[in-house]
Amino acid sequence: MNYSTAHRIDQDAKRFRQIVHGHVRQNLRKYISNGELIGRQGKDLVSIPIPQIELPHIRFGGKQMGGVGQGDGDVGDPLGPGDQDGSLGAGDQPGAHLLEVEMSLEELAEILGEELALPRIEPKGKKNVEGGKVRYTGIRRVGPESLRSFKRTYRAALKRQMTAGLYNPDRPVVIPIRDDVRYRSWNVYPQPQNSAVIFYMMDVSGSMTRHKKELVRLTAFWIDTWLRHNYKSLTVRYIVHDAAAKEVDQHTFYHLRESGGTKISSAYQLCARLVDEEYDPAEWNMYAFHFSDGENFGGQDDRLCQEMLEERLLPHMNLFGYGQVPGGYGRMFMETIAQIEDEKLVGAKINDRDGIFDAIKVFLGKGL
Amino acid sequence: MLITGELAELQREIEEIAFDYGLSFPEVRYEMVDYQTVNLLAAYDGFPIRYPHWRFGMEYERLSKSYAYGLHRIYEMVINTIPIYAYLLQSNLMVDQKLVMAHVCGHADFFTNNYWFSHTDRKMLDEVANHSARIRNYIDRFGHERVENFLDACLSLDNLIDIHAAGVRRRAPHVDEDDEPKTIKKIQAKDYMDSYINPPEFLANQQRRLENEQAQLKKFPVEPERDVLLFLQEYAPLENWQRDVLGIVREEAYYFAPQRQTKIMNEGWAVFWHTRIMTNHMLQPGEIIDYAEHHSGTVAVHSGRLNPYRLGYELFLDIEDRWNRGAFGPEYEDCQDHNLRKNWDKKLGKGLEKVFEVRRIYNDVGFIDAFLTEEFAREHKLFTFEYNEHANEYEIASRAFQDVKQKLLFQLTNFGQPIIDVVDANYDNRGELYLVHHHEGIDLDRPYLEATLSNLFAVWGRPVHLETVVKDKGEIIFSHGPDGSATWII
Repeated sequence: MNYSTAHRIDQDAKRFRQIVHGHVRQNLRKYISNGELIGRQGKDLVSIPIPQIELPHIRFGGKQMGGVGQGDGDVGDPLGPGDQDGSLGAGDQPGAHLLEVEMSLEELAEILGEELALPRIEPKGKKNVEGGKVRYTGIRRVGPESLRSFKRTYRAALKRQMTAGLYNPDRPVVIPIRDDVRYRSWNVYPQPQNSAVIFYMMDVSGSMTRHKKELVRLTAFWIDTWLRHNYKSLTVRYIVHDAAAKEVDQHTFYHLRESGGTKISSAYQLCARLVDEEYDPAEWNMYAFHFSDGENFGGQDDRLCQEMLEERLLPHMNLFGYGQVPGGYGRMFMETIAQIEDEKLVGAKINDRDGIFDAIKVFLGKGL
Repeated sequence: MLITGELAELQREIEEIAFDYGLSFPEVRYEMVDYQTVNLLAAYDGFPIRYPHWRFGMEYERLSKSYAYGLHRIYEMVINTIPIYAYLLQSNLMVDQKLVMAHVCGHADFFTNNYWFSHTDRKMLDEVANHSARIRNYIDRFGHERVENFLDACLSLDNLIDIHAAGVRRRAPHVDEDDEPKTIKKIQAKDYMDSYINPPEFLANQQRRLENEQAQLKKFPVEPERDVLLFLQEYAPLENWQRDVLGIVREEAYYFAPQRQTKIMNEGWAVFWHTRIMTNHMLQPGEIIDYAEHHSGTVAVHSGRLNPYRLGYELFLDIEDRWNRGAFGPEYEDCQDHNLRKNWDKKLGKGLEKVFEVRRIYNDVGFIDAFLTEEFAREHKLFTFEYNEHANEYEIASRAFQDVKQKLLFQLTNFGQPIIDVVDANYDNRGELYLVHHHEGIDLDRPYLEATLSNLFAVWGRPVHLETVVKDKGEIIFSHGPDGSATWII
């Protein structure tokens, strides 16, 4: 088929992608809060379930319709899950009603950024540190036989024979000589490298229920998505604490449940130690997010936390976010946070799933 | 790329066999394409040039994706034009190409000879390209978004057509009102006989009928109008370009309607002929297994779903067999003896003649109605299924012949679409549009209905109403106006 038809379908496909984007953007708050996207996440793609992007028609309600089928079975035998639409389509229509659209995390991050009006992060660190990606896109006259480019060699030989008048169209034999041989070779594509590290800290004391952890998990997913979009490489460290803190892996972070008291300072101390030992503030963009339900053991620990933040954490951090999920009693840790004046410190309450959207906006809205 | 060499030779050979069997069709032009192109063409319903619209892009993505995942591939595509265009997939085996060409002979013959296709425009390739040029022109002049929005609205209404409109004249010729009598004439009678010859209640009745007729004439539309698209095209307050876009959508909807009306027959007929041509003539011994695999894939039944290819094919075989044996008519119908019926053979030999007749005059509804027999339903294990709300599953509801046939006919009536008429275009004397859905036991899909009404409102410009029935609630009017949607229970 000719070029223009292919071009036309590309235009139509592009327009369709735009509509999908618009749809995701419009419903971003919903997607953020119901967590549907997490778990549908592949390596670089998320599969987004989008209902009814098709054109509406007046049609029969699917479920009442039923239909006619063929095969064995007695009256009352189930036919399989209820996704058949009762239409007579054979191989030409898939049964699924819900259209699933795949979107790269990159695209999703862009939508998130646009919708929440998130400013671009200006990374610190050595902007000139350059790594490079190697791609085999070049052609050279020397190289190993295994990289010989047949096409280019043929072309060079043909060119030479034609200019030399050796080419006979009636007997189109092209014989390359040593000089004609071309090899594929690599080019180095420089890439500025900005690395960032995120420390997630979470209270896992007895009062942090599964539901509260889910709020943390959803919030963290979106923070990750955005920061990954802004930094070429991202390291994530997880710290849990009750009265004492320890570093854990991602799975444990979201699933571990301890009982007992809460000493927030323990987590801050661990975090500060990790920073000191492993991350040079001149090279790393550091983010820390701490989630708890606001309960802390006594005013003394609050004061210790304040000290830790002001002296050891905030000076190194690009941003320190504190997210408070509901349910704690007594004096809330949020009040401590509020006493510290530092533009790198932000606090947000995440009261329910709808609150995630706003919390993300607060956390990432400064562009730090 | 048009086919040449061996394939062109095969085409000639296959078509010769087809003509010998009595199939007839104009020139078929095959193009050899790769899978990307075939997906692209399929997204455009076979036409290389369509107007720009995102739904083609969506369909293309879907097809490409399911091809990439190996879920689904398109072997063959034919378009109903003169000459007939058909596409062959480059990566197919030679035996597949032969099968596809034999299959295409069936479709080509069906397009050419089936009555329901007799009104379709055989120059549609040009027509569709013209549509594309016109719509592109409108996009340039009025902006992409405006045209797209209007196109979306029209496309969402494109099943509200009168499928028989091409062949039937619905509107009565215009009668001058003054010619019609305003009162009922009495039959002359003597006084004492008058009350017998002209009973007063009869007169009153007649008078009322006449008045109703007069009132009906003042109504607009005079008769309920099923071709909603035409009605809108004629009477909605549209700009010229909008009227044209609506006309384009309507024309294409009518072009594709016969294919939706004859899916079972058309596919069945093509399978019927590819089987005959391949097994009797074209197959090489080494190709049998590939052929068998492909053929059985075409007619396979997946998880209890009805396959139109198989149903159509088996019905044509059944008809051929019965008319060969003379197993029809009153004598056969009255015979109750199972063995006698089974071995019934009057050596009539009219099978082939009958199937040709059937392919000429029937569409799917008539086909099923006339030729789906109880024996056939039993032999092919047909059943109806229904949705069980408690289990969230479809389950087999009945194997009774009448149930199966009824359900199938219902699904095929009006090409499976709800029947909807424009009844009043000046509803409540406010220029609002009033539609009636002829409810036959199945409710409409409510979210879709509301979304569609909002599109109808966009076209009509004044509030629109649709009267239907909702289970457990009774008659309901769905409305859409400037303030959004509303419902009233009648």
